Amino acid sequence: MRTTVRVYWRLLRAGFQRQSAYRLAALGGLVANTTFGLLKVAVLFATVRAAGGSLAGYDVGRMGTYVWISQAMLGSVNLHGRTDIAERIKDGRVAVDFLRPLDVQAAEITTEVGRSLFALIPRGLPMIAIGAVVGMAAPESAAAYPLGVLSVLLGIVISSATAYLVGVAGFWLVETRGLQVCYMVVSGFLAGLFVPIQLFPRWLLLVAHASPFPSMMMYPIEILSGRVGLAGALALLGAQLAWLAGVGGLGQALTRAGRRHLEVQGG
Amino acid sequence: MSAIVEAEGLTRQFTVRDGARRRRVLAVDDLTTRISAGEAVGYIGANGAGKSTTIKMLTGILVPTSGTVTTCGLRPVKDRRRLAREVGVVFGQRSQLWWDLPVRESFRILAAIHTLSAAAERARTEELVERLELAGFLAVPVRQLSLGQRMRAEVAAALLHSPRLVILDEPTIGLDVLSKQRLREFLVAERRAHGTTLLLTTHDMGDVERLCDRVLLIDHGRLVYDGDLAGLSRTAGAERVLTVDLTAPSADLTGIPAARHLSSEANGLRQRLAFDAESTTAARVFAAVAERAEVVDFTVEEPDIEDVVRRIYAARR
Repeated sequence: MRTTVRVYWRLLRAGFQRQSAYRLAALGGLVANTTFGLLKVAVLFATVRAAGGSLAGYDVGRMGTYVWISQAMLGSVNLHGRTDIAERIKDGRVAVDFLRPLDVQAAEITTEVGRSLFALIPRGLPMIAIGAVVGMAAPESAAAYPLGVLSVLLGIVISSATAYLVGVAGFWLVETRGLQVCYMVVSGFLAGLFVPIQLFPRWLLLVAHASPFPSMMMYPIEILSGRVGLAGALALLGAQLAWLAGVGGLGQALTRAGRRHLEVQGG
Repeated sequence: MSAIVEAEGLTRQFTVRDGARRRRVLAVDDLTTRISAGEAVGYIGANGAGKSTTIKMLTGILVPTSGTVTTCGLRPVKDRRRLAREVGVVFGQRSQLWWDLPVRESFRILAAIHTLSAAAERARTEELVERLELAGFLAVPVRQLSLGQRMRAEVAAALLHSPRLVILDEPTIGLDVLSKQRLREFLVAERRAHGTTLLLTTHDMGDVERLCDRVLLIDHGRLVYDGDLAGLSRTAGAERVLTVDLTAPSADLTGIPAARHLSSEANGLRQRLAFDAESTTAARVFAAVAERAEVVDFTVEEPDIEDVVRRIYAARR
């Protein structure tokens, strides 16, 4: 057990270090995140004011929290569906994954989460700082902070585990780009990247809740913005764990089944 | 001696999309062989003959269509993760290093993956760094290495956990002569020091000649030869070639018993004769030549293995 922890800790750090090699990309991401954050502030604040100061549980302060935390998580939560494993399956490098005494799924997700955690530093923290200046509401209960951080981490892991599913579809499909683009279009929208999902019409809200996407980004924001209380926060964390178990289990099954389909030819 | 690899009737089929139709291709066809601990085996054959597919079945990457294989006493697919601790694989065309991290960091991660103790990690890393001369670029990210440097780092990465079986899939591809030479020397030394079993696929016959004491030749997925190198030449009926330089231009040296005139240069000053090693000797052919002309100098060429392989393939068509 201890050795297992050590192995995956190393992989997590490796992902973290890999990402740290790309500083310019991080800077570019920061600029984009800030720009879109200010844009979201302009549109959504106007919407809240037009609704008379409160909309679906969001006042201007909470909407500020929503905007800046969603922008802070954007570099770390996989809402684009692109994964390293998809590339490796396509070009056959995945053979090397199977040569290691590791669970292929766990190793891949751990590495991706390591990269995501690094991204929180150059792309996440500055957003929180900007939010603090521009204005965002704090939750009423101090317990919301540790629960919120835990929820952010779970959101990152769930997104990696879900994007992994898109990647391993490559065991069956020659090209997963179409699937990846679908994921990109749907995930951002249903995760609440553009507007809080509570602003959706009822039917769309039901669709969102039937998918893992809100658990990647919307749930942590609801906890950290104080839109839900302590009991609500615990319920959302429970839902996140359930989604993690679901997509994680599906990933295990697909990895196992996909191996029988693996055709690494030549080289 | 205990068996490291035991394959019986090992077969793998692939589906190939050929336009709209699908074709079935037998990449490996009914392969039965046994490799003992400590052997060094060269696995040769043309592109697409089935070498890499075999290796991927031995290591549990690919699932066989039929037949059985045991590697290091384990079932590769079922015991993949345990087997990974016993086997080290170098794919000449695929990297197992972390592209954007320094070489040293890849070694650290691999040591953790293989749960080496801190002391074992240090000792083994030092040994490999010294013997493969890696010290100069340990801190350099892998993507910045030259091919020769990267291959040495790849070999070190595959051998870090001191595997019992080392499989090298075209390890010298693209390397310059000096880099090839160094890598071969290292592998010879590694075998001597640790008794490692070596399985090598290659197109480079120099690799086979210098490293292997046994050759498996595969053609269209079928094993067509299993034995030593000399035997391979005999099977193919490959000829040795005697080249003689004469003091004066002479007529073509035809009609020498058991030898065949190949070519003449410079009005017959230099002539080449081929002969079959089974039916005559170089000395006899030379003596027959010396009776007819005065010889200044001569060389004897051994059969080129690539030529031997070509002959075996041609004979099977």
